[in-house]
Amino acid sequence: MKISAWGRYPYISSEQVQLDNSSLWSEPFIVNGNLRSYGDAALSRKHLNTLKYNKFLNFDYISGLLTCDAGILLSEVIEVFLPRGFFPLVVPGTKLITIGGALACDIHGKNHHSYGCFSNSVDSFKLLLPNNQILFCNRNINTEYFHATCGGMGLTGIILEISFYLKKINSKWINQKSIKNKNLIETFDSFEYYNQIPYSVAWIDCLARKKNLGRSILMVGDFCNDGDLSFKQPKKLNVPFNFPSFILNSFSVKLFNNFYYRKFPAGVSENKVLYEDFFFPLDSIQNWNRIYGKNGFIQFQFILPKEVSFIGLESILNKISNSQLGSFLAVLKLYGKSNDNWLSFPIEGYSLALDFKMSSDLPNFIEKLTDEVIEFGGRIYLAKDALLKKEQFDISYEKGNEFREFRIKNQLHKYFSSLQSQRIGI
Amino acid sequence: MNNKPWISIFGANSDIAIEVARIYASNGYNLYLLSRNVSSLQRIKADLQIRFEVNVEIYHFDATDFKKNSEIYDILPTKPIGVIIAFGVMFDQKSTQDSIKLIELTVETNFLGSITILETIAKDFEARKEGFIVGISSVAGERGRQSNYIYGSTKGAFSIYLEGLRHRLYKSNVRVITVKPGFVNTKMTENLKLPFILTASPVYVAKKIFYAVEKNKKTVYIKSIWRYIMLTIKLIPDFLFNRTSL
Repeated sequence: MKISAWGRYPYISSEQVQLDNSSLWSEPFIVNGNLRSYGDAALSRKHLNTLKYNKFLNFDYISGLLTCDAGILLSEVIEVFLPRGFFPLVVPGTKLITIGGALACDIHGKNHHSYGCFSNSVDSFKLLLPNNQILFCNRNINTEYFHATCGGMGLTGIILEISFYLKKINSKWINQKSIKNKNLIETFDSFEYYNQIPYSVAWIDCLARKKNLGRSILMVGDFCNDGDLSFKQPKKLNVPFNFPSFILNSFSVKLFNNFYYRKFPAGVSENKVLYEDFFFPLDSIQNWNRIYGKNGFIQFQFILPKEVSFIGLESILNKISNSQLGSFLAVLKLYGKSNDNWLSFPIEGYSLALDFKMSSDLPNFIEKLTDEVIEFGGRIYLAKDALLKKEQFDISYEKGNEFREFRIKNQLHKYFSSLQSQRIGI
Repeated sequence: MNNKPWISIFGANSDIAIEVARIYASNGYNLYLLSRNVSSLQRIKADLQIRFEVNVEIYHFDATDFKKNSEIYDILPTKPIGVIIAFGVMFDQKSTQDSIKLIELTVETNFLGSITILETIAKDFEARKEGFIVGISSVAGERGRQSNYIYGSTKGAFSIYLEGLRHRLYKSNVRVITVKPGFVNTKMTENLKLPFILTASPVYVAKKIFYAVEKNKKTVYIKSIWRYIMLTIKLIPDFLFNRTSL
């Protein structure tokens, strides 16, 4: 079968292998779930899909500790537990990911600056190793496996079950403030000013230039306390086919970005929005990835250390807006401290994520941008990546080599392999 | 947890059965799950209880243990309002032809197993003058074909059995529904290459079953195209049919 992840680049033929099959360990494979990473981290010649492993196994109403199979989707967790007043401690920009994927990518969300990564909410997990041994891992038992596996891109074993905490909430509504910022300085000031609010994210117009460079809408918020927990299946639109590639060009994207920016009143506005619209705005449009046409796209997400975030972003944003390679609004986000996991993406600073429609010039452009990110001491998010080079990985992920040696020492490199792991040599 | 009626699923570990259990639980029904594999049932039970906050009880059940089949129903504390027969085995035709063991297992599980359990249940439902019975049969039971006739004949026999049972229980207000899935993506068909438009997902099958019970249907083809495919196959005259490789 032909598969790709959410970025629809690359597309490859891949054969499915099964967990209960004796020939499972005969050739290297990668474990994948709902294929909502963007690049090639979940792609390989052979893959083991976890979606059918979708059982909830235990829930403790007092502590909020949930144990479930790795193939459970975050959307299922929310559907089941939101009406009971519980919500995952960390959610990314889509709820259509598996819990196994959340762990393997050590995902983060709008509250990284106040809470940290998904692994922070994880109590323990069970990992199946190539000798068919099931390893129980937490911060005290099999510690190395724990820190290698959280963020380890599925390269350390098959994640079977995960125990992680949900938090208590008392509403499905979010009190949201939207702050309109005219340029990058204002954007940064707003982030710092509102950093006590748990959730924050900014939509930034990366085609704006000169005095408008870095203009943005910062959205901050937290759950209301009105007791309304009624769950309704959200309505969905669909993108039924690939858009022809000419539809997205620098003109149409500029038009959209302008329109979006102008929609917001100047200064600060407040409103109450549904959790769904606050956390997962794009989930309401099924197959939105098709708007980039059949060649797919790259979601480029990098993070810069705080002390160089401003000058770094200014310089990189300038290059992006000059390139006119076009992207819808990009996402800027403030991050808190890094954790102990070997390949977790976040470091204290700011990250920018934006989409580029795939074209022949793009890999070259991305390589240059990545070099600059790395010169500033930053790195690229592996869950989004399809183009990072081994040398670039080695400089930017300081525990990359430790991870590599751990895989070799435990013979994991012979069994778990993705296009990404081959490309960056881990 | 609630006082809603109970549904009993025999062969509750099958992919279709799991989805049937979910759809009934999501409508508030309590569940008895019966299967040979109790450890797997424990996981299914936990999942259903957490998702839907219903009562779930599990029992060991082996369809080929005929003597026990009549007793197992008596054990159930609250008698169910509905029963779903979801167990069945299918082996490759060629291997079955050459193996008495596989022949026995196919006939005993799919046919004798179903009858022995259903007769006990029918008696109870008949006396209570309520209830429904869903039998998951197969389109393979509509005409014997060289590629699958041993499995097919057990399902054919099962369909006729259900037909008779429906006839008998009609007066007692007990509904009997024969479900004929075509291809379904399950553990049973994991290694077969199935044509997309003829293949249903277990979730889809479960929805159709729930709907069939609600709407008082008698025989349900999961994808309606199968009704016409099987009709066509049945209409092919023998002298042509015998030359095909169906």
